[in-house]
Amino acid sequence: MKRMGLFICHCGTNIADTVDVEALAKRFESYPGIEISTTYKYMCSHPGQEMIKESIEKYNLDGVIVAACSPTLHEVTFRRVTRASGVNPYQCEMANIREQCSWVHTDNVKATEKAERIIKSIIEKVRLNEDLDPIKVDVKRKALVIGGGIAGIQAALDIADAGYPVILVEKDPSIGGHMAQLSETFPTLDCSQCILTPKMVEVASHPNIELLTYSEVKKVDGYVGNFKVLIEEKPKGVDWDICTGCGECSDVCPISVPSEFERGLGERTAIYTPFPQAVPNKPVIDTDNCLKFKTGACGLCSQQCDADAVTYNDDPNYREEDIGAIVVATGYELYPILNIGEYGAGEIDDVIDGLAFERLLSASGPTGGEIRRPSDGKIVEDVVFIQCAGSRDPEKHKPYCSRICCMYSTKQAMLFKHSVHHGQPYIFYIDIRSGGKGYEEFVERAQREDGVIYIRGKVSKLYRDGDKVKIIGVDTISNKPVEIEADLVVLAMAMVPTPGTDKLANTLKVGTGTNGFLQETHPKLRPLESITSGFFFAGCAQAPKDIPDAVSQASGAASKVVGLFSGEYLQLEPTIATVDEEKCSGCRICISVCPYNARVFDEIKGIARVNEALCESCGACVVACPSGATNQRNLTDEQISIMAKAILSVEEEE
Amino acid sequence: MKEIIYYPGCTLKNTAKNFEDSALACAEALGYKLRELEDWYCCGTVFSLTSDDLMHHIAPARNLLKVQEAGEDRFTTLCSMCYNTLKRSSKRINEIEDDREKINSFMYEEENDYEGKVNIIHFLELLRDEIGFETIMKNVKKPLKNLNLAPYYGCMLLRPLEAAIDDPDSPKVLEELIKVLGAKSVYFPFKNECCGAYETVSEVDFVVERARNIIGNAKRNKADALVVSCPLCAFNLDNRQKNVVIKYPDFEGMPVFYFTQILALALDLNPEVCHYNLHYQPVDDILRRIEQ
Repeated sequence: MKRMGLFICHCGTNIADTVDVEALAKRFESYPGIEISTTYKYMCSHPGQEMIKESIEKYNLDGVIVAACSPTLHEVTFRRVTRASGVNPYQCEMANIREQCSWVHTDNVKATEKAERIIKSIIEKVRLNEDLDPIKVDVKRKALVIGGGIAGIQAALDIADAGYPVILVEKDPSIGGHMAQLSETFPTLDCSQCILTPKMVEVASHPNIELLTYSEVKKVDGYVGNFKVLIEEKPKGVDWDICTGCGECSDVCPISVPSEFERGLGERTAIYTPFPQAVPNKPVIDTDNCLKFKTGACGLCSQQCDADAVTYNDDPNYREEDIGAIVVATGYELYPILNIGEYGAGEIDDVIDGLAFERLLSASGPTGGEIRRPSDGKIVEDVVFIQCAGSRDPEKHKPYCSRICCMYSTKQAMLFKHSVHHGQPYIFYIDIRSGGKGYEEFVERAQREDGVIYIRGKVSKLYRDGDKVKIIGVDTISNKPVEIEADLVVLAMAMVPTPGTDKLANTLKVGTGTNGFLQETHPKLRPLESITSGFFFAGCAQAPKDIPDAVSQASGAASKVVGLFSGEYLQLEPTIATVDEEKCSGCRICISVCPYNARVFDEIKGIARVNEALCESCGACVVACPSGATNQRNLTDEQISIMAKAILSVEEEE
Repeated sequence: MKEIIYYPGCTLKNTAKNFEDSALACAEALGYKLRELEDWYCCGTVFSLTSDDLMHHIAPARNLLKVQEAGEDRFTTLCSMCYNTLKRSSKRINEIEDDREKINSFMYEEENDYEGKVNIIHFLELLRDEIGFETIMKNVKKPLKNLNLAPYYGCMLLRPLEAAIDDPDSPKVLEELIKVLGAKSVYFPFKNECCGAYETVSEVDFVVERARNIIGNAKRNKADALVVSCPLCAFNLDNRQKNVVIKYPDFEGMPVFYFTQILALALDLNPEVCHYNLHYQPVDDILRRIEQ
């Protein structure tokens, strides 16, 4: 018979305030198989862990139950303790009496009774647990980074610098992301291009990085350490191997369409490089607008090209890569103004979003850095910035704070004032969120030195009034309505995941949260990783964040990848599905329900097997198996049944 | 000819006869007979904002019951206020079974219980979603070219969200209608400002200011006339111009049309259905421009 120890944690007052832990420990003293039942204030602390170790030795335990928090938090901790004491770590289980009991109940008596049932069920589970060893798999030491904004660039560089090969895939013709569009960055006002472009060039020239721009990830199979990734290189219409990047093709192109990079404030041609500092600095053809593709006529660019690089090729190129780990850094987009009726729904040309204003501020922008109104090109004198346009608006738009708008609007107001000295910037805000190193001082400076007027209140309506935009708002400090006639209105639109993030997440089989951002495993303790092993997150694809945070997260994700690559092999959890070959009838139902493609059919034996590296222990096949041939290790049907009986306090029928 | 039950409400039988008659004629020209609900009651007029307001839903509930008894599960109306009250009440009574039961017990003298299945649509929804603007365009006999019209929604078609027939902040249905009739729909940011509503009874000066602002904005955006969908808006924006001129002698007026009147004009229906004699601000100039 198994000799088990029960260790109940107070978790300070988190558990002990609601659950009578001492009484519980007493009740289990004489429970069958329990050799020691005790409590401690913080079981995860060093003395707590030592207590478990000593008990294992003293009572010669071969089963450990820790009644404390969720296993997602500390299962690893206590299994490590168990292993260090010479007991198989899979003989240690946690009974969650915090998240699933003390935190959600107030009645002490009932909570204590519930905790008792939870603990009982786990004791019964451990009684039947087997010794297990982690599954070892080889790892392909090559990383894929999806997204070539600052986060993707940083992650790629860090992994490459550590000596591992990286493929960086970017959907646009150039890397750089939104940071390439910015003028200067808060709170130091250093030029965005000046700090970004060297990194872009480094990516392009790094011997360990293969850069695939204008490309997309189409399919991912396999599992951590052994992904098979299908990448589509979209047709560029230009042979980049022989293109010299001279730019003469764009000079002769007769087409003019709004430039995405200039946020529609400038124009580009149909054969184009998105911006002068693009990396790679080679053009692509926009087939939707190119005359050659639309009518078959034209061909000017091809005539102009001395290198004969313009091919008008429109076949995508597909390649398959073996990849060990994937960093997803697909970034953000701004919520469309179109969605906000009270701010003109995008119909007023002098109402623009924050990124468009960056282009007006940028020396390389469509106005050469002069702040001119889109409507008539007049120099802007009164500019109104509106915060939380779409953010913090759970009824109609996005419930969350986009986190960077207070700071960038402050910066934009400041830069505006530096450009138009007699101009007046106003910022309508809900409250100013300036948490960050040097951020609060920056806001102070805008108020004091640059005379930016901050108005606490929302704008209820704005509309075109002659050549001005009339703003109707309220100042909630003086409690007075405010009317301003502005030349330009800049909306700090909510940040949303880049369109298509949901589709990509589906392809990768990583989760997204309620607002569409990529879902990390744990918001505090595992913020860089997907629940699906082998995927790491960086930048705004996970949540809105500023450049310092995006870069930090990217370096963190990179170090996770490097850590994964640095071992001899990968260790995977062994608590996965197994098949009893005697019982399996080969019906293949398991194969149809498995979301991870982990169930495969063995044609020779006529049975369904488990690909151990792919199985994520979800249990779908276990439930679906009609012959009871599939079981999950250490969570067998027998265990589940006995646990259920323990929870319900039904006596085991002998 | 299709048929739909039609709820007129009190105003359309009196001061807004021009709204009703033009609407009935337009509907018929577009293949819909609006059959007046028999024995209809007051819509309840103002949607009650008190917390225990179930009693106030009896009037709209009776109308829903009448529609049910007529063997239909939907009906249409013209007046924005009637629409708003009936829409919000029907949503509540249809969705909350408890409330429906209580209402039914209040209406004990009625033969039948209301079953909670009747829905109201506004006439504009019928035009947009069922008849369709394309069909309307095909039926236009006299395009309203040279006309700049300002679409005015007021509040009752758009708020609250549960009663909105369009995006409350940037509605488009009237704009689209105006366009298919061949006129120009001018940029009009005051299209969902408040007209002053019932303040017109006791606070005439307040409504004078509202009317002046709204019409002033329409003028600033080069509109020739306002297009409205609510008899109360029409009163405040048309008849109250009389009071605006007293306070602001240099105020220049602007004619006000119901959307059904401009529709009738474009469909080239008998002008009598429009009862222009009910308007304060003369519309002759506009009519002349259409003929040009």
